[in-house]
Amino acid sequence: MAKRKREAGEINAGSMADIAFLLLIFFLVTTTMDIDSGLIRRLPPMPDEHQKQDDAKINRRNIMVVLVNSRDHLSAGGRPMDIKLLKDAVKEFVQNPSEDPKKAEKEIKEIDGLGPYPVSKAVISLQNARGTSYNAYISIQNELVAAFNELRDELSTSRFGKVYARLSDEQQQIVRKAIPQNISEAEPVDVDIDANKK
Amino acid sequence: MAKFERKDKKKLSAISTASLPDVVFMLLFFFMTVTTLRETEQLVVVALPEASQAAKIGRKDLTSYIYIGSPVLGYQQQMGTNARIQLNDAFREVSDIRNFIAAEREALKEDDRQFMTTSLKVDVNVRMGIVSDVKQELRRSNALTVSYSAKKKTTE
Repeated sequence: MAKRKREAGEINAGSMADIAFLLLIFFLVTTTMDIDSGLIRRLPPMPDEHQKQDDAKINRRNIMVVLVNSRDHLSAGGRPMDIKLLKDAVKEFVQNPSEDPKKAEKEIKEIDGLGPYPVSKAVISLQNARGTSYNAYISIQNELVAAFNELRDELSTSRFGKVYARLSDEQQQIVRKAIPQNISEAEPVDVDIDANKK
Repeated sequence: MAKFERKDKKKLSAISTASLPDVVFMLLFFFMTVTTLRETEQLVVVALPEASQAAKIGRKDLTSYIYIGSPVLGYQQQMGTNARIQLNDAFREVSDIRNFIAAEREALKEDDRQFMTTSLKVDVNVRMGIVSDVKQELRRSNALTVSYSAKKKTTE
């Protein structure tokens, strides 16, 4: 009888909190909370050595060359440019609202769910020197992505009444087809011209 | 006065801490689910650049990381201060990337391999030369989806 009573005695749970705290602190120290974010980009596949390069297929007027030299000077379409103006320059080049023969061509394409839409053939070619700083490179990449994102947003709001990020997957696909993000990262060339001089 | 004293005496019983472990466990589970274990020791200093267009990477388990930056202080005597590449837990050369990518790809399920992303965590002060070399090597190893890791700019 006496034995039974002893068994029923409660275990002191006072230290449970300490143990749990210890575990908690361990996890706090060893884990990271950072959400990895970045500019997601698809690299072109390595050209086949036996294959002829088909760069010539792209009309020259459709390529906008963005150069960054080792002093982080920027030139776009052959003219030195401030990074703040790059986004609008890219937008204008891609859209070419004034049908400027020096800017990108457009081709009317039938897109499911959108109807005929003048799809721009523009390709933005980003070239950098080996001495370019990563910071400058990323801020330029960012401006280029921003230009395309703004164009997509404009189309989305005019056609679907919502910004691009709020569209459904199918609608996003339609918008992506209408405004393809053609940013080419060419193989490193030594861009050592001074953008300010040229 | 006497009235107050009597109240004080009644309050003397201790607050029950029996639910404290539950609360702490709840916190613990919250952190366990929200966070991921830090896998590698940082051998290079990486201060990420800022970008307003940075987008979240969808699946972390499909992402492999390449760190580029100057070595941390403890390693500067051996490795110098020039930008180095860190793969997993060690300093590596550009030529090692191919094997690294192959190993990472091997570790994934077959259906997932096409979605593999390589996240480049590069310090702001690094010159593009080494980054270009890494990019060329990634192209050669057919790991074409890359993410230039950047902090999301909060202003604007």
